[in-house]
Amino acid sequence: MDPSVLIFLSSGLFLGWALGSNDAANVFGTAVGTRMVRWSTAAIICSIFVMLGAAVSGAGASHTLGKLGAITVLPGAFMTALAAAISVYLMTKSGLAVSTSQAIVGGIIGWNLFSNQPTDTKILTTIISTWFLCPVLSAIIAVILYKALHLYLRHADLHLVRTDAYLRMGLLVAGAFGAYALGANNIANVVGVFIPASPFSELQIGGFTLSSAQQLFIIGGLAIAVGVMTYSKGVMMTVGGSLGRISPVAAFIAVISHSIVLFAFASRGLEAWLLSMGLPTIPLVPVSSSQAVVGAVVGIAILQGAAGIRWRVLGNIVLGWIATPIMACAICFFGLFFLQNVFGQTVY
Amino acid sequence: MGRMNKLRLFGRTKDLESQIDLFLDKLSESTVMFRLGVRTYLKEGANGEFDVKLKAVNTLESEADGLRRIIEKELYTHTLIPDARGDVLGLIENLDHVMTLYEGALWAISIEKPDIPEEHKAGFKKLTNMVVQAAEALVLGARSFFRSPHAVGDYNHKVMVYEKEADKISTQLKRDIFDSDLELARKAHLRNFVEQIDNVADWAEDVADRLAIYAIKRTV
Repeated sequence: MDPSVLIFLSSGLFLGWALGSNDAANVFGTAVGTRMVRWSTAAIICSIFVMLGAAVSGAGASHTLGKLGAITVLPGAFMTALAAAISVYLMTKSGLAVSTSQAIVGGIIGWNLFSNQPTDTKILTTIISTWFLCPVLSAIIAVILYKALHLYLRHADLHLVRTDAYLRMGLLVAGAFGAYALGANNIANVVGVFIPASPFSELQIGGFTLSSAQQLFIIGGLAIAVGVMTYSKGVMMTVGGSLGRISPVAAFIAVISHSIVLFAFASRGLEAWLLSMGLPTIPLVPVSSSQAVVGAVVGIAILQGAAGIRWRVLGNIVLGWIATPIMACAICFFGLFFLQNVFGQTVY
Repeated sequence: MGRMNKLRLFGRTKDLESQIDLFLDKLSESTVMFRLGVRTYLKEGANGEFDVKLKAVNTLESEADGLRRIIEKELYTHTLIPDARGDVLGLIENLDHVMTLYEGALWAISIEKPDIPEEHKAGFKKLTNMVVQAAEALVLGARSFFRSPHAVGDYNHKVMVYEKEADKISTQLKRDIFDSDLELARKAHLRNFVEQIDNVADWAEDVADRLAIYAIKRTV
């Protein structure tokens, strides 16, 4: 394999690392922050299930990104992922809520603009509408689940210690599911742009065949896992504080709602089932894990009288929604110009 | 034991649950023993039967102390119930103090052997009964805090009612003692015992107030 391939893939791996270090906190942050789950346990479970989700269910959302812009050469894919990664980095540094999903979409549109490729407005509208739908859906699910769990706990008369033990177990299971859903949904952001230009050929291991896309998913999953292992601890410890004080019950509901939403936007199985039932399907689109979890927390806060909501933080999130894709689009456009004219690379 | 706990699903949880229940059982039992101890003294003086009750309260208090330490260690070593840990420890320590008050009152009776005139014995008996009812309502409130915190308010209300009644009885008893023809030193001695017994109800009310806050925190 040409070593330059690794250089070109590096921007995707960097994006994967950033995603792992930041978004693992959405899955396990509240559990670790409230000291219900140890960080080491959370990191191991998160890494395993992120990779599983990426390898098993990563194709659906990646396919949609591919339709938005099929980047067929590696240098183009490199700059798209790099633009997204730089945007994520800059936004995180300035303390604004950031979504890798929105960054990568901005990057792809930047590539489309540079290469004079038309952007499929129907796909773009679908993607943007899911960005609104994702936190709203997460809030609705959280409200329903919170009400149900509250009602159950009131009538079950469980001992305080037992409730705590069940919640710990629940946070681990919900976290594993959340990590799987994160891998399935967000792997598209990390390696999705590389799929049409994938440098890998099919790999036979025993009776299994790994397609070039699956190999990319596994490498991307590994990058996310490295991010979780190396950098997520601090983010996890602070995430509870940034969202305001949150009870372990609310933490559990937030994680499970986030996971259901991410899974719904990634699962081909669910799509097929909804189709077979004659129901409208949910588009398979990479959505923001942070916005899903914030949506759930806001939903629970509204249920409790909206006293705990920090409206300034919410304002920052909305600002991030608008700023991230625009910034990624601009960085990608200018980056491609340099890559083409200064480094002499074919970018489309 | 540790390995067995790992093999049993929720083994540690079950053990901790039963340790907390056992602690509350000890408190409940010592309440009964305290009442029987005072009654025995009023009826028969500091005889062998009274000593048995005093010893029972002592034993229950030190067993409860041991359980409190185990519970504290378990909660902190395994970072259990992180959001309610401080409240649970505070509650258990405050409940433990109820037993210390029982022990203190019975020891004082055993050492000082107050000479209670026949006409005031009914007052002491009534006061002890009311104080014990306040403590029993507190134990029920504490049990309820662990399983159904929304019901804590009902028991707390009872604690308040019994405490108020105990206050009325103790005031009347002290008035009766000081209106009598006893020597001042004896009056002061008897007043000391009225206050020592009444202290249990006052303390129960203080703990119930804190329990109310802990319960609100759990139900929000």
